[in-house]
Amino acid sequence: MPHSYPALSAEQKKELSDIALRIVAPGKGILAADESVGSMAKRLSQIGVENTEENRRLYRQVLFSADDRVKKCIGGVIFFHETLYQKDDNGVPFVRTIQDKGIVVGIKVDKGVVPLAGTDGETTTQGLDGLSERCAQYKKDGADFAKWRCVLKISERTPSALAILENANVLARYASICQQNGIVPIVEPEILPDGDHDLKRCQYVTEKVLAAVYKALSDHHVYLEGTLLKPNMVTPGHACPIKYSSEEIAMATVTALRRTVPPAVPGVTFLSGGQSEEEASLNLNAINRCPLPRPWALTFSYGRALQASALNAWKGQQDNAGAATEEFIKRAEVNGLAAQGKYEGSGEDGGAAAQSLYIANHAY
Amino acid sequence: MAHQFPALTSEQKKELAEIAQRIVANGKGILAADESVGTMGNRLQRIKVENTEENRRQFREILFTVDNSINQSIGGVILFHETLYQKDSQGKLFRNILKEKGIVVGIKLDQGGAPLAGTNKETTIQGLDGLSERCAQYKKDGADFGKWRAVLRIDNQCPSNLAIQENANALARYASICQQNGLVPIVEPEVIPDGDHDLEHCQYVTEKVLAAVYKALNDHHVYLEGTLLKPNMVTAGHACTKKYTPEQVAMATVTALHRTVPAAVPGICFLSGGMSEEDATLNLNAINLCPLPKPWKLSFSYGRALQASALAAWGGKAANKKATQEAFMKRALANCQAAKGQYVHTGSSGATSTQSLFTACYTY
Repeated sequence: MPHSYPALSAEQKKELSDIALRIVAPGKGILAADESVGSMAKRLSQIGVENTEENRRLYRQVLFSADDRVKKCIGGVIFFHETLYQKDDNGVPFVRTIQDKGIVVGIKVDKGVVPLAGTDGETTTQGLDGLSERCAQYKKDGADFAKWRCVLKISERTPSALAILENANVLARYASICQQNGIVPIVEPEILPDGDHDLKRCQYVTEKVLAAVYKALSDHHVYLEGTLLKPNMVTPGHACPIKYSSEEIAMATVTALRRTVPPAVPGVTFLSGGQSEEEASLNLNAINRCPLPRPWALTFSYGRALQASALNAWKGQQDNAGAATEEFIKRAEVNGLAAQGKYEGSGEDGGAAAQSLYIANHAY
Repeated sequence: MAHQFPALTSEQKKELAEIAQRIVANGKGILAADESVGTMGNRLQRIKVENTEENRRQFREILFTVDNSINQSIGGVILFHETLYQKDSQGKLFRNILKEKGIVVGIKLDQGGAPLAGTNKETTIQGLDGLSERCAQYKKDGADFGKWRAVLRIDNQCPSNLAIQENANALARYASICQQNGLVPIVEPEVIPDGDHDLEHCQYVTEKVLAAVYKALNDHHVYLEGTLLKPNMVTAGHACTKKYTPEQVAMATVTALHRTVPAAVPGICFLSGGMSEEDATLNLNAINLCPLPKPWKLSFSYGRALQASALAAWGGKAANKKATQEAFMKRALANCQAAKGQYVHTGSSGATSTQSLFTACYTY
């Protein structure tokens, strides 16, 4: 092996590491507000609102006009490209509003999934072409972190070795390019909850996927201290007939992470992947109360699980904007508590009774 | 990916995890007393003692019959095949003496190096043939953990990708087989200190090697909670002109580990690799005081660095038994304190303990 050719200088490493730590500071997580135009179409059609650029701007304004209460629970916001250049009603760029709250601005940089020929409907993610130039521009325009989502699914023969390898590799290339441009890459290898598989199967697959991701990151000389991981929690498939408690989900999730995610990674920011708002908070809370040692921050990077109530309260009416913003702040605060294991739940007694539901880790 | 086929039952996992934790509990470490016949020959020659089976037996007897309080600092002892079946002068088996002290008995399982053709004198390790049957027998005969040493070196074009992949794979096969037979595998990918490379280069290589090792362990479905790691500390090459402090060694070492070793691994027991007794203790202490996240126990698995003074005190004479035991006990206690970051360097520790124990291109 030849001598190393350092990918980053000491100053670059420090900058990346500081950004990552700011995002996942204790009690803070990420608002994923980076829905593409197509995804926003789905959200807005559910509340009967037309998918125009103006409506998307008005909706994001509802979220970003949250008051200082979000400072203690939101460490970063992920933007979609369009939103990065939008302004509020007073002409203030959204980027500035967010930065002024001491929140780090992030940008979605992938360009969606494409099929892997010869597989059972599996995909990889595109977006590497010209990525370095795009990152450099985004950095100038106020972004300090980025996000790239890869997708894997569980079925009889998937995820295949090719899908795992290819997605891990593309994530590592993306991460490497980001870091060269002073941007912290959030690495998102999402394993979809579609299917009837049980919790154990999801745990097994998650471990294999994450091991491949971290080997690829090592091969590509990515500086782990300047990255974040955005994985799925380990859950059963949506169609699985067995029901599991938050504690079982937490145990399976933390076990999988302990076996694959090096301690150098400063934070793990879970995706909510279709869980309800309350479920996502309860699971995150259980994860933070799990008795296994956890060397990284365990927090949230939620889209739907932070916005569902706000969206419903807004319904496209400006008169509802204030109430909608309150709904968002409420979920943000709840998840800020969950990220510290301090959420008492909406009514259930939690605490000591729930502790006993953690099954010893050797069973996982 | 096909459904998983669990490699181990819950009971098997529990047994392995408990053995591993017992070995490294409360600052305890490992006495590596598994020198092969040839290697013992080198040791005995230095103190002008003939390399006979009886002399080897006598020296080991002196070590193993120390006061029971040794079990506060020694959690495990690695034996060579011959020694597993030897007895003290009253006819009591060594392995039973150790077990009665509450010390876990381990056995060296590899069968030495074999060249990798087409490389710059690199090697892989033999010993997989019939390994399962050997493990089963050793388990019956009182062993609860195994050890296998892979060797990598830093030089022109070394370690090559082939050497890294091949040694990682062999280690993973060995680990898998051990666990099937109830033995905790100690995984030892030693990057030897021969050469004039600096600290940074050793760190780079160690990170690449460990990333490959943990990917291989994952691929081979090894249960990490039931393993231990025995790596080199990250140090400059022996012929490097630049000198580094224990704190620099500690920082480089813990940085490399926290970028590659999953938190699920219960303990990391460093090899001493030719360091003097005192340096091995000082470095271990600095490692335990290093401010980076350290979710695993950081302890020792020392051969020369626990026995050098004892050997010198013995000189082959039964009359020196007490002095030999005191010398050994002293190093054991010092290293136990170092494993808790509580070692206080007392200054004059005697000529032998600071003497470099480096032997070029060391093989057991």
